[in-house]
Amino acid sequence: MSDMDMEDDGSGIVKKFMFLNRKAPHGTVYALEGLEVVLITAAFDQDVSLVFTDDGVYQLMKGIDTKGIEVKDFSKTYRALEGYDIEKLYVDKTSMDARGLTEEDLIVDVTVLSDDEMKNLMEEQDVVISF
Amino acid sequence: MPMVNIAGKEVEVDEEGYLVDLSQWNEDIAKYMAQEEKVDLTDAHWEVVNFLREYYAEYQIAPAVRVLTKAIGKKLGPEKGNNKYLYELFPYGPAKQACKIAGLPKPTGCI
Repeated sequence: MSDMDMEDDGSGIVKKFMFLNRKAPHGTVYALEGLEVVLITAAFDQDVSLVFTDDGVYQLMKGIDTKGIEVKDFSKTYRALEGYDIEKLYVDKTSMDARGLTEEDLIVDVTVLSDDEMKNLMEEQDVVISF
Repeated sequence: MPMVNIAGKEVEVDEEGYLVDLSQWNEDIAKYMAQEEKVDLTDAHWEVVNFLREYYAEYQIAPAVRVLTKAIGKKLGPEKGNNKYLYELFPYGPAKQACKIAGLPKPTGCI
């Protein structure tokens, strides 16, 4: 039995956390700070979902190049989330369509949700944190 | 931030001794950091340090210790992907000490 399994046997309460990412990756600190909070939250073995909506879908774009604006490109870090056992990534179809994006444009595997499906997912959550 | 002289080169480190500019890293710096951490670098240590550097190049973060343990297990085998093995190499925390030696920032979620 691995250490992970033993931790799971603890009686800790597991809540459903949703992190809602709504902003473009650069220009503000929201996306990077949100990502860091998600990575820290992973240590607490909670049920975490990540949603990318509005300009937040740009955070997951392939081929981001930040050299010209001299900031760190953290887009590759979204690929590390799987190793942190964060595997529920969602985007909303309306935001994707409005920006001419499809799943093939994104750096990680996501589930695309309709507005109704997104609404239901949000209603299931115990905590929703918006960045 | 403090500057230290490592093998004749001025290098900037943060208040906890982590390298500020990752691109400056070389083996001399690794050896200096290891000495600071009182770690005698063996091939087994280098294996973990190099693994961390590859992880950083791929994901742009230093992994949390449980993520590191799992990833090492996957790449180098279960006999290495466990806390006992990694803590024997890096007694004050594999993520913290090995990251420092590898020139990486302190892991996010290192609590």
